[in-house]
Amino acid sequence: MTTLPETTTRKLGLVIDLDTCVGCHACVVSCKGWNTENYGAPLSDQDPYGADPSGTFLNRVHSYEVQPLATSAMPHPAAQLVHFPKSCLHCEGAPCVTVCPTGASYKRVEDGIVLVNEADCIGCGLCAWACPYGAREMDQAEGVMKKCTLCVDRIYNDNLPEEDRVPACVRTCPSNARHFGDLGDPDSDVSQLVAERGGMDLMPEQGTKPVNQYLPPRPKDTLDQPKPAGDIDILAPFLEPVMDEPKGFLGWLDRTLEKI
Amino acid sequence: MHPAPSVIVFTTLSGLGFGLLIWLGLGLPAVTGWVAFAFFAIAYALAVGGLLASTFHLGHPERAWKAFSQWRSSWLSREGVCAVAALLVMAAYGAGLVFFDTRLAALGWVGAVLSLGTVFTTSMIYTQMKTVPRWNTPLTPALLIAISLAGGALLAGEISAALILIPIAGVLQILWWVRGDGAFAASGTDMATATGLGNIGTVRAFEPPHTGTNYLLREMVHQVGRKHAMKLRGIAFGLGYVLPVALLLLPFSHMLAIVAVLAHVAGVAASRWLFFAEAEHVVGLYYGKR
Ligand code: SF4
Ligand code: SF4
Ligand code: SF4
Repeated sequence: MTTLPETTTRKLGLVIDLDTCVGCHACVVSCKGWNTENYGAPLSDQDPYGADPSGTFLNRVHSYEVQPLATSAMPHPAAQLVHFPKSCLHCEGAPCVTVCPTGASYKRVEDGIVLVNEADCIGCGLCAWACPYGAREMDQAEGVMKKCTLCVDRIYNDNLPEEDRVPACVRTCPSNARHFGDLGDPDSDVSQLVAERGGMDLMPEQGTKPVNQYLPPRPKDTLDQPKPAGDIDILAPFLEPVMDEPKGFLGWLDRTLEKI
Repeated sequence: MHPAPSVIVFTTLSGLGFGLLIWLGLGLPAVTGWVAFAFFAIAYALAVGGLLASTFHLGHPERAWKAFSQWRSSWLSREGVCAVAALLVMAAYGAGLVFFDTRLAALGWVGAVLSLGTVFTTSMIYTQMKTVPRWNTPLTPALLIAISLAGGALLAGEISAALILIPIAGVLQILWWVRGDGAFAASGTDMATATGLGNIGTVRAFEPPHTGTNYLLREMVHQVGRKHAMKLRGIAFGLGYVLPVALLLLPFSHMLAIVAVLAHVAGVAASRWLFFAEAEHVVGLYYGKR
């Protein structure tokens, strides 16, 4: 059924920390690895070792350069590099679900996960058009729509050790930039994190009401800012160069060369 | 958006075919027997041919029947239901005209409404896409319905109606283009809202997630087709609207009428190419493209 549920019991989703993501693409690889051999059709590649490789991925990491505006205090602010993982945001108002003509796309009432029933999908591609985030990719080998499943086959999987019952991307992230939990419960760890760090929606004006939240990068240390008055670095005095001027032979050489 | 030939052929031909069915359903022209057969054959060839072409781009055409199930929420599903209903009703109505020399007027009206509904539901598939600001306007159904009625009138030989409807479609076409050119900027979606990083400063795509291309870029960030957009607009407008009207104003001859129809179809196809090629999807922003 491709009408959306009024509400869902839980709102499972991810919180992605743009401050700590180091852009290593480990989540991309682990996502592809887990999902190519589990839920649904494998994630195919076309011409993987050839001149024009491409393939199906459920999670991709973009990188953006952000150039802060110059101010009188900071006439030449340094640009920041922000790595930006992007997978399905399991939107509450998922436009990808309502456009689906076959009922293959649906949002689960129990946990809000947006899934594709591949046996019903005709591969019309309309849902990918409807998603503003580019979270759906048609598998070229299988002719069906693929998308992030929130690793539905891990999070409820009793055959896995408990610490593995989280999405593959979350489990693998070496910098803890991806968090998984119930964003419908204000007391959950992820909801607390979002409240604390000012988590945000992507493209709020599109009206998709994404469940996944992004934590903005924290302000960066800036080398080009005016030096604060006084010593702030307690180690600095100990690290003063002990020898300002070369002595001995080097000193003589330095002085002689200076004179020439 | 990628201007897939199958989709361009589908929307152009089926729009024309259902347009003709609308006129036939209204009893304009009031034909029976073999003449009616010829008109219905043309209309069905266009409408059904277009529908078949549209299944070519499906990943699993053999499951296409499942697309009738979600009419409660999906415009694509509604289109399928409307199209099949229109074709069935008009087949019964046409059989009355062709084989029994009787016009079941009420059936014809129902068929005409369903045919109009098919054109409308097709247009809503595009109109509903908030992700493609150029399409996301009531002007889209207005334009597509006007083109379908005008083309139908042309094919039905309803010259005086065509002389009114083609200029109306032409005006809507211009309005649609002009509005469309500012639609992306007016939508409020840009790199700042896409990344949420706008309050730090100007956002620039630094490195894409992959060195090759992908489905999203092929399907939704198709920039090649826009190169000759302005020239194509001129061609589409000249062939689709100006030339047919000019030809219809000349003393009537069957040859001129055929040229008028062919020019109109070619012009509409060119306009349909631009409909896709010029449409920019917001996902392009994530790649620093439009
Ligand atoms: S991110 Fe895209 S695919 Fe996922 S629920 Fe939202 S609209 Fe649908
Ligand atoms: S591609 Fe499949 S899941 Fe997407 S709208 Fe079409 S039938 Fe539904
Ligand atoms: S939750 Fe699972 S499917 Fe979704 S991006 Fe992470 S690893 Fe991929």
